[in-house]
Amino acid sequence: MKKNNFNEIKKVLANSSIGIAGLGGLGSNAAVSLARAGVGRLVLIDFDIIEEENLNRQYYFFDQIGKRKVEAIEDNIKRINPEIKLDLHNIKLEKGFMSKLFSDVDVIIEALDDAKIKTEFIEEILLNLPSKSIVAASGVTGYGNSERIKTRKLGNLYLCYDDKALSSEDDMLFAPRVCLIANWQANIAIEILLGEKFGH
Amino acid sequence: MGIEVNGRKIDWIENESVSKLLKRMKYTFPLVVVKINKDIVLRSEFNNKIIPDNSKIDVVHMISGG
Repeated sequence: MKKNNFNEIKKVLANSSIGIAGLGGLGSNAAVSLARAGVGRLVLIDFDIIEEENLNRQYYFFDQIGKRKVEAIEDNIKRINPEIKLDLHNIKLEKGFMSKLFSDVDVIIEALDDAKIKTEFIEEILLNLPSKSIVAASGVTGYGNSERIKTRKLGNLYLCYDDKALSSEDDMLFAPRVCLIANWQANIAIEILLGEKFGH
Repeated sequence: MGIEVNGRKIDWIENESVSKLLKRMKYTFPLVVVKINKDIVLRSEFNNKIIPDNSKIDVVHMISGG
């Protein structure tokens, strides 16, 4: 990357859009990071409300408990970047209809929590939007073991992957590791947007 | 004759389905994403989809947490 490309890079990011499925530990942190990076438009989807137990890793505040995640993330992101365009959807992604809100974004981030829904989502995106890049995550629980996290690239599917991690039913979720992987996903998304034009 | 699963070279078996291959590899995780030569294989097709010779197969498993 060359310094004289900085303005052009900012322009590409400002004209880019990223869709995020889920606004929990992965999605809320990835969304904030991408807003700070200057991505022009985010499509954000979650049906949940904020609970106190979410605050150990998700990008929300104590006084937002009880609020819808889509509304709270809008408040938080707009405090960082009032210019960003946000498309907010307070809905649950239903099997068979998971890909439709993502047809016009440049990159999709899978930030769901349940393994079954993650799998269904990835299947639907790969099947219905085969030319679209999707950045998914699997294996976020626990602490330490940062070096176990890898990117598996399978065509348009990029998986931030620790295949030794346990399910969240069997291990705890901590901010450092969840945020690390959320930002790992955001970093890959930026690389996809810029890599072809500006190198890696 | 042979196939490659997650970078590991193994024998190709005629008429082996995705389900049987996963069993042979001792992949017991219930929620996996499988690609054969870059094409997604839906879980609903695992019992019927036959692995072609010389194919390159990727298997990743999804773990809850986010």
